[in-house]
Amino acid sequence: MKIRSAGVFASATVLTLVATACGGGGDSGEAAQEEPSGTMVIWADDIRTKALLPFAEEFGEAHGIQVEVETIPNEDLESNFVTAHQAGSGPDIVVGAHDWTGNFVQNGAIDPVQLPEDKVAAFNETAIEAVTYNGQLYGVPYATENLVLIRNTELAPEAPSSVEELVETGAALKDEGEVEEILGLQVGQEGDPYHIYPFYTSAGGYLFGQDDKGDYDPSDVGVGTPESVAAFERIAELGEKGEGALKRSIDSQNVASLFQDGKTPFFITGPWSIPDVKTAGIDYEISAIPGFEDGEEARPFVGVQTFYVAAGGANKVLAQEFVTNYVTDPELAIALYEEDPRPPALTAALEQVSQSDPDLAKVTEAGANGDPLPAIPQMAAIWDPFGKAEAAVISGEDPEEAVTAAGKAITDQIG
Amino acid sequence: MFADRRNGAGAPGGAPARPPLPGGALAPRSGSLAGQMVKIGMLGLTTALAVWAAFPLYSAGNWIGIGVVAAVTTLLFYVYLSPRAIPAKYLVPGTLLLVAFQILPVLYTVSTSITNFGDGHRGSKEEAIASIEASSVVRAADSVDYRLTVAAVGDPATGDLVFLLTDPEGRVQAGDADGLTELAPDAVTTDPSGRITEAEGYTLLGAAEVSARSAEITAFAVPSGDGSGIRSSGLSSAYEGDATRAYDADCDCIVDAATGARFTADDERGVFLDESGERLPQGWRVDVGWDNFAKVLTNPSVSGPFFGILLWNLAFAAGTVLLVFVLGLGLALLMHTDRLRGRRVYRVLLVLPYAMPSFAMLLLWRDMFNADFGLVNRLLGLDVDWLGGEWTARLALLVVNAWLGYPYLFLVATGALQSIPRELTQAARLDGAGAWQSFRHVTLPLLMVALTPILVSTFSFNFNNFNAVYLMTGGGPFPPDNPMVGGTDLLITYTYRLAFGGQGAQYGYASAISVFIFLIVAVISVVSLRRSRSLEETH
Repeated sequence: MKIRSAGVFASATVLTLVATACGGGGDSGEAAQEEPSGTMVIWADDIRTKALLPFAEEFGEAHGIQVEVETIPNEDLESNFVTAHQAGSGPDIVVGAHDWTGNFVQNGAIDPVQLPEDKVAAFNETAIEAVTYNGQLYGVPYATENLVLIRNTELAPEAPSSVEELVETGAALKDEGEVEEILGLQVGQEGDPYHIYPFYTSAGGYLFGQDDKGDYDPSDVGVGTPESVAAFERIAELGEKGEGALKRSIDSQNVASLFQDGKTPFFITGPWSIPDVKTAGIDYEISAIPGFEDGEEARPFVGVQTFYVAAGGANKVLAQEFVTNYVTDPELAIALYEEDPRPPALTAALEQVSQSDPDLAKVTEAGANGDPLPAIPQMAAIWDPFGKAEAAVISGEDPEEAVTAAGKAITDQIG
Repeated sequence: MFADRRNGAGAPGGAPARPPLPGGALAPRSGSLAGQMVKIGMLGLTTALAVWAAFPLYSAGNWIGIGVVAAVTTLLFYVYLSPRAIPAKYLVPGTLLLVAFQILPVLYTVSTSITNFGDGHRGSKEEAIASIEASSVVRAADSVDYRLTVAAVGDPATGDLVFLLTDPEGRVQAGDADGLTELAPDAVTTDPSGRITEAEGYTLLGAAEVSARSAEITAFAVPSGDGSGIRSSGLSSAYEGDATRAYDADCDCIVDAATGARFTADDERGVFLDESGERLPQGWRVDVGWDNFAKVLTNPSVSGPFFGILLWNLAFAAGTVLLVFVLGLGLALLMHTDRLRGRRVYRVLLVLPYAMPSFAMLLLWRDMFNADFGLVNRLLGLDVDWLGGEWTARLALLVVNAWLGYPYLFLVATGALQSIPRELTQAARLDGAGAWQSFRHVTLPLLMVALTPILVSTFSFNFNNFNAVYLMTGGGPFPPDNPMVGGTDLLITYTYRLAFGGQGAQYGYASAISVFIFLIVAVISVVSLRRSRSLEETH
């Protein structure tokens, strides 16, 4: 009996499963129209959900509609949104990094936003540049982020003016036994393109060339070119067989504690690490990441947190209203800053919070010359091979071989 | 739920004796009242689920789906109400589950493998066109920023849409599908920002009403003379602009009005291409036949390292099975001796790794193998770059995987050992066999009957053990001359990188590779199960 009743129950379940599977093939457009109107859905990660809630409620009350903010873990947000859009069950607004733009556009998942010129002018220029894709504005930015150099002022009172100076100071401290590591820069076994990029650009490397409109050009891949080999040769000098400043054993898991425990005088990281450094009671100072003595300026990536309007949303008019008129309000930017201290993209909001938080202005200044993270979908092909080439070079392998192989893997993928 | 036990024990109340048929309780007239009630309840639930499933299918117009629901329901009713279909009563639930969870996913994977489904090719051609057109709307260079109020003529839900606009100079206009009409300033009421809050002859739409007509309002444009239109940007502002790209069915192409460029549809690849071969980002899903399979077989960067990876993959799975077997069985035997005190405590301790979440453990182990800061090197006083060297990384991976896997085998072996009668080994001893001989010829063969299926499943599980490799080494270390193939890559981690690492998600390609892996694992499983059957025969 046990078996049999379980059987009937199971078959009933199967039946529903089969039925819903078939239902998936149905016309999703119709289903969307049938949804009860007057509910706008926002997808964001857990940190931003908290800050958004009061504003969402206020917006809902002002317009007599219901606004729901749903939490999706950051690492799943991009793919979940694309999948949900495809199934016709996506949100009206999604909040996330600007480098998702290319992927969202090729999947038709987002709509452009039309901001009047005065509103555009209120934003940090790099932020606007970052969310512009193929000449269209595809989202409204609210915060920027970029890497900086944080130093322990007890160990290293002066900001190094070059990589060489940084290594010299760190190595001297290491020899004296004051610290264990010269520099805290996460590499890991698979490399970390985001964190090595400032050194790579300072040594003359680039990822994508830019076309005449200033957009990244996927047909001009900079990895594998002689410039990139030369850049990695400079990085190799800092690696395990060289100065020992860059090591694969330092990874995203242990780099923060190295600095917080005073085991390294320098830490290359973003604004997200500042609260923990403060808690650890380290006397610190923030400056721009230095470049090589005879090289170019070190340019970090600039990432921009963005509000996107979903193309498949049931409430596009309200979503556009929220994004164009609420997100452009400095108050929201400040509330989001208080939840997660990244510099606001609105100049007015940045000025206001900088008064109480001087670190923020230093972070923005360190990123003033930064490159927006490429938002083109081809960027996805860069991360993995580039990181591996970096790890290989740092471990002491031949830069030319590693970088050429990475360049080939990237161009093969882009096709 | 135990009604059948009474039935099976023999019909009560002097009913004619008949052989207790399997499934007899579900045959009409022979079941107890409780059994009947449960049956009716279950069938009722089935009907309820069917009806529940039918409504969304009906509203979506999916007649095939409704047909499937009806057929399955009918089948279930027939099987459980008919006195004849007794074997089917047992087979149907399992078969349906097999179809739903095994066969459908396999078929879906196979059907996906002949498409270009993936990022940039997810939807239909119509969706791609709609997206291209919507993305090409640009604000006119000299656009005025209007304050907007959405209104309708007559009924707010169905009346013709009207945009009530206030330009920066305070001029008020009404825009409908025909164009702009000037409004008399005294016919409207405005708020301090100049936005119209009341207008004679128009019904203003509230946010909920706007929301209900959202799609219509988004597509609405007031013709403003020079070919462009005034469009809404949210609820309260409007701008002048137009879509620069439009689909032309005659040439099956997208024409850009601003540059004059033409992007012609390529229905074989699912993209719009211009003369120079430049594609528009938005594509659509098309069937590509055997292309994905051909790509796996002919691409030298895929087929070249394939056998190397396969070899390590087999070694990894077999090595894990061997380590797990030796460790699990050895410990189980140790715990089986009566002389050991506190066996319960030891057993609990030994099973602990099984109770830990493997995700966290894998990451923890990875950190313990860190060359400079890891526990392993510090404890042993070594200076080994564990995860940086090909063979050390493989060794570390095997050790960790064995640590994670042995408790399961230990548990099964302990159970199996306890079920072997001690008389057997005692008899062997009496016949003059030594400890090793009695283990080798009496205990082990009996144990293997219970353990072989576990070993086979351990092998197939570890053959595709994505988590262990991905979290511990990420497939690395990678040789400098090839960033695509790492020293500890399994087929599954390697193909994951191929299909999802480069150009976003390529489900079609990933499915084609999955089909290959499926075939490999299927062959291995069939062969090893065949062999285990011969073992059972000896038993």
